[in-house]
Amino acid sequence: MTRTIGPLVVGAAVILAGIGVAGLKLNPYVYFAGYVILQYVVIATAWNILGGYAGYVNFGTPAFFAMGAYTSVFLILSVKAPLPVLILAGGLVAALLGLGIGYLTLRLRGTFFSIATLALAVVLQTVIVNWEFVGGSRGLSIIRPRGAPFGNYVVFLFAVMTAMAVVAVLVARFIERSWIGRGLAALRDNEEAAECMGVPTLRLKLFATTVSGFLLGIAGAPFPYYVTFVDPSSTFALDYAVNALAMPMIGGTTSWLGPVVGAVLLATAQQLATVTISSELNLLIVGVVLVAFVVVAPEGLIGLARRMRGR
Amino acid sequence: MFSWDLLANAVVAGLLLGGFYAAVSLGIGLVFGLLDIANIAQPAFLILGAYAAYVMNESFGADPILIGILFTPVFYLVGAVVYRVYYGSFERRGDEALRGLVFFFGILFILEVSLSLKFGVDYRLVQAPYIGKSFEVAGVGIAFRYLIPCVVGVAMTGLLYLFLGRTFYGRAIMAVSQDQAALRLMGADPIHIKTVAFGVGIAAASLAGALLITIAPVVPSTDRDYIGRMFAITVLGGMGSIGGTLVAGVILGVTESLMSTFFGPSWAPAVSFGILLLVLAVRPAGLFGR
Repeated sequence: MTRTIGPLVVGAAVILAGIGVAGLKLNPYVYFAGYVILQYVVIATAWNILGGYAGYVNFGTPAFFAMGAYTSVFLILSVKAPLPVLILAGGLVAALLGLGIGYLTLRLRGTFFSIATLALAVVLQTVIVNWEFVGGSRGLSIIRPRGAPFGNYVVFLFAVMTAMAVVAVLVARFIERSWIGRGLAALRDNEEAAECMGVPTLRLKLFATTVSGFLLGIAGAPFPYYVTFVDPSSTFALDYAVNALAMPMIGGTTSWLGPVVGAVLLATAQQLATVTISSELNLLIVGVVLVAFVVVAPEGLIGLARRMRGR
Repeated sequence: MFSWDLLANAVVAGLLLGGFYAAVSLGIGLVFGLLDIANIAQPAFLILGAYAAYVMNESFGADPILIGILFTPVFYLVGAVVYRVYYGSFERRGDEALRGLVFFFGILFILEVSLSLKFGVDYRLVQAPYIGKSFEVAGVGIAFRYLIPCVVGVAMTGLLYLFLGRTFYGRAIMAVSQDQAALRLMGADPIHIKTVAFGVGIAAASLAGALLITIAPVVPSTDRDYIGRMFAITVLGGMGSIGGTLVAGVILGVTESLMSTFFGPSWAPAVSFGILLLVLAVRPAGLFGR
């Protein structure tokens, strides 16, 4: 029992700490940057459930993120739905998309799966660009609801994102420690052998793609209220695809801690670099760090730390 | 608003575009189709070739396609180096599936961001006497800036076909794609052969880049449009089939041209990925697949 309760207590403590930080009324930029870092914790963790545990590389992260964001835009415009409904709906739509790509894995493995996810992102972006109701290619402005808790909407979103990050990490940790994680690891190493040993590979893959999609969707759902202006080029940005890959790769893909470490380090570095250097140069740094890590330290920081302790 | 005139123009434009698309996809057909190396960064080398043509055209006024041909040895060497790094870091460890893919994705991103740091996000174009001129055959306009890349593209396809079928290195590349161990037993070094093939693939992409900037202005992020086109053509044509690449290029060119004529250009990017998803789902071996 203590093994399941322990992490829950830690998670609850982190959420309370988040709410405490939100109540401190620090410099607004802290919340503004903190939101992005926590959003990347969710994205990296979600990507890693499929990419790290199951070994299916998803290049289509922006598609899922944008599904969450545009579901929100649609619901805000049509029925003025409240934030919890937006998050749930965004997650569910992205989860359905995840289920869809899960069925693709029946025929597509390895490279072909990755290219298909990239294809999916471009097809969805084209659909959104041509859909005038949600702003088309020009995008549209979203007005935040009035009267937010903590007196400021970004601070409120910061607290919400803290809770979502905790949920995402707990889900990833649960999957990793349960028979599901062992099944996914088996199919990652050898799908045919796993199937022969009685691992229900299709059901596990569908589970992984759906959960991963759901978490990417909830990360995108509050995005319209955060930026207040949504357009296809910022929502489907290739940056999300690269960061979602780079963060788990830098942290380490085999455990839940890897994406968290990678996301916190890389997103914080990017936030600092955007302010002090330039936003383009910081993307270049992400690319170089990513390539350096896959070449030199394929197990990521967690793997490096383990090797150091082993010696 | 349908008219036969419009249809004829769209089909001819699509056919010309198709020859160019074949040129764009030859390199990835070689690298991915024959060698099974998922080089997602291939479109970035296309754009790099286009910017090389732009810089030389801007400074010396040289013909963009001539520059493209002159630059192929440089890009061949770049490709050979990239393959050596890839081989040493991933293929030798048997780790290419996941991390190799991420490696190439990182290269794509680095090249794109570097180009936008150097040249900004403005559209760049080249000057040549034939750009902007056209002639008319039976009511159908044919622009030289489409016709010449198409002719060069078909010529490149023919040359690559002859290279693979008639020369020692070409036949060795075909052999390495079939059975690497058997080639080693014949006394040839598969890694050397693959380095040559990868270099030729990157050189072909850079020359296609010179054709690209002859057809239309280029920005660093143009590479994203070509990821879909390249892989769609390679998969549709049947992995590694050179003739199939030409046929698939023409199919994609005509479909895109019809789509943008009758539904608007904003739908064109979805065509290639739509075809790709369809082919992967229905017939993953492609039209001329083995």
